[in-house]
Amino acid sequence: MLTRREALMGTVAGAATAALLTTMPEARAAAEPPSDISKLPREHVELVAPPFVHAHDQVAIGGPKVVQFHLTVKEQPMVIDDEGTTMQAMTYNGSIPAPMMVVHEGDYVELTLTNPETNQMLHNIDVHAATGGLGGAKLMDVNPGEQATFRFKATRAGAFVYHCAPAGMIPWHVVSGMNGALLVLPRDGVKDGDGRRLKYDRVFYIGESDFYIPRDAKGKFRKYASLGDAYADTLEVMRGLIPTHVVFNGKANALTGEHALKAKVGETVLIIHSEANRDTRPHLIGGHGDYVWEQGKFANPPEKDLETWFVRGGSACAALYTFRQPGVYAYVNHNLIEAAELGATAHIMVDGEWNDDLMAQVQAPIPIPTH
Amino acid sequence: MRLMIEAALAAATALTAVLGPALQHPETRAAPALPIVVVAPGTFAFRSPGEYLKNGWPVDAPERTVTFQRGFEIMKDEVSAADYAACVADGACKASESGTASAALPVTGVSYRDAVAYAAWLSAKTGENWRLPTDEEWSFAAAERLHDDSLGLPQESGNPAARWLARYRAEAADDKRDTQPKPFGSFGTNSKGLADISGNVWEWTATCYTRAVVGNDGQVAHSTENCGVRVVAGRHRGYMSTFIRDGRSGGCAAGLAPDNLGFRLVREKLSLVGRMRLLAAEALQGWLG
Repeated sequence: MLTRREALMGTVAGAATAALLTTMPEARAAAEPPSDISKLPREHVELVAPPFVHAHDQVAIGGPKVVQFHLTVKEQPMVIDDEGTTMQAMTYNGSIPAPMMVVHEGDYVELTLTNPETNQMLHNIDVHAATGGLGGAKLMDVNPGEQATFRFKATRAGAFVYHCAPAGMIPWHVVSGMNGALLVLPRDGVKDGDGRRLKYDRVFYIGESDFYIPRDAKGKFRKYASLGDAYADTLEVMRGLIPTHVVFNGKANALTGEHALKAKVGETVLIIHSEANRDTRPHLIGGHGDYVWEQGKFANPPEKDLETWFVRGGSACAALYTFRQPGVYAYVNHNLIEAAELGATAHIMVDGEWNDDLMAQVQAPIPIPTH
Repeated sequence: MRLMIEAALAAATALTAVLGPALQHPETRAAPALPIVVVAPGTFAFRSPGEYLKNGWPVDAPERTVTFQRGFEIMKDEVSAADYAACVADGACKASESGTASAALPVTGVSYRDAVAYAAWLSAKTGENWRLPTDEEWSFAAAERLHDDSLGLPQESGNPAARWLARYRAEAADDKRDTQPKPFGSFGTNSKGLADISGNVWEWTATCYTRAVVGNDGQVAHSTENCGVRVVAGRHRGYMSTFIRDGRSGGCAAGLAPDNLGFRLVREKLSLVGRMRLLAAEALQGWLG
């Protein structure tokens, strides 16, 4: 089928095509006449901090609704590694990444953004799932002491990034913590490439961050009294494009030890992995991606049986996996230097019965036999 | 003795020039004056370090009774960053990764090799015989702070992940999450008078990593020793390659690593030659003021 995108990209050339375009409304828009939004049911959702996600239906119940979310900007110092390195962070709701919002395709997202008077900076929000208005940023500039609300229709199913995008200092706000993910589920649920429904028992929400912390003359990470103090030095490190930290969920080891993720053999997890700024390549050590929407969008068939998948900076990916073997799994950015040295490692503790068919110890390590 | 004088002079000069006021205290310019704990003779139940297999399955290491007929002397505190910096200034040690030269903090970011180099330097400096403790000595001196790393699981389980998960859970539950080295005494003193045992610094020992097979009689049937990996003692035992300075870098992908790597040393009883060298060192110290 001819789509607007293909035509504009020049895959089908000619004046006839251009003429056709003017008479052919975009399929999706034509299929759904504008609703009287004021008559739709409204639902207010309380967000929860990552790596968890608020309760939601995997298949939509009833028709489209208006789903209300509220984000409050918190500027605050945050410790980003076990050495106590402190970053002057900017966040939505106080977490890095920001909380995940879940709706269904065709729902309307009504998002309120509050910027408390105690903050220093202007903030806004650019939601990659939204159409027009710079993703909302154009409508949502809020100074300290202000609050704004906008609404957009979730027209495409998938995992999307959202982030702060104030003119002139977008990357600084993004790499200081202001990014999160929005999951727009197909109304009839997530499916494999052949139209069969896929269910999950839990969602793991991994937000990967690249941080750029200035160092002092001795090579120690500097600590700043305020965001403004940190800006110039941080920008200099950012321009070098080499992060000092690459971490999951705001801090090295945020998802290990006592905070390790948990699952059971036989359970299926949907891993949403977002990176608002920089490319990454998730890998589950000892496991796979059963179904992976590498670009995160459910209208495309998932890839199967992947070993490592690629998340483009500025996108969120969805990967579905059913655990078949117990143990401690490491979920890493498979640039292993970033995983081991810069922090991008999470652990998943999986309880259950061992499957000897899949793997067995034939001979535990012993001295090399001599004959 | 000529070499020692040169070294001491170089140390004094370098410390003043490079490290500044923090290290100008006389204590750090000559051989460190170290509080020592004399561990009395005694007997204790010791679970060997390393990994043990029985009938092909990992099991808890066998426990055995260890007796120290003679006592031994061990540093009350871990080696300080300032004392270690003195060795660095002498050109005998590589700078630690921690970057501090504080007299109030333990040195961290040091490998087994660094610890051995420091022991050699300190021995030369003092005319005494300093060395890393064995895991047995450390465990005996740790007294009630010693953590028994047995898991007490049903043995020969058909699930290789069971011990793995149990170990991870045990170590995660004990994870204090504050990895910043703390001033001496922050973690208290144990019943034998040693400070900061099982705090957030894991301590190098001289003991090599062992993998052993235990027979049905509970005795070690055969074992392989790997001295490229040494036991680090602390809140839980760790096994680290001798060149690792940051346990979190040197650890495995799916386990919990030591917060910091440091050490304390044991002083062997002095021989007659040793006593004479000590006297000479003291004379030198007096001369340097």
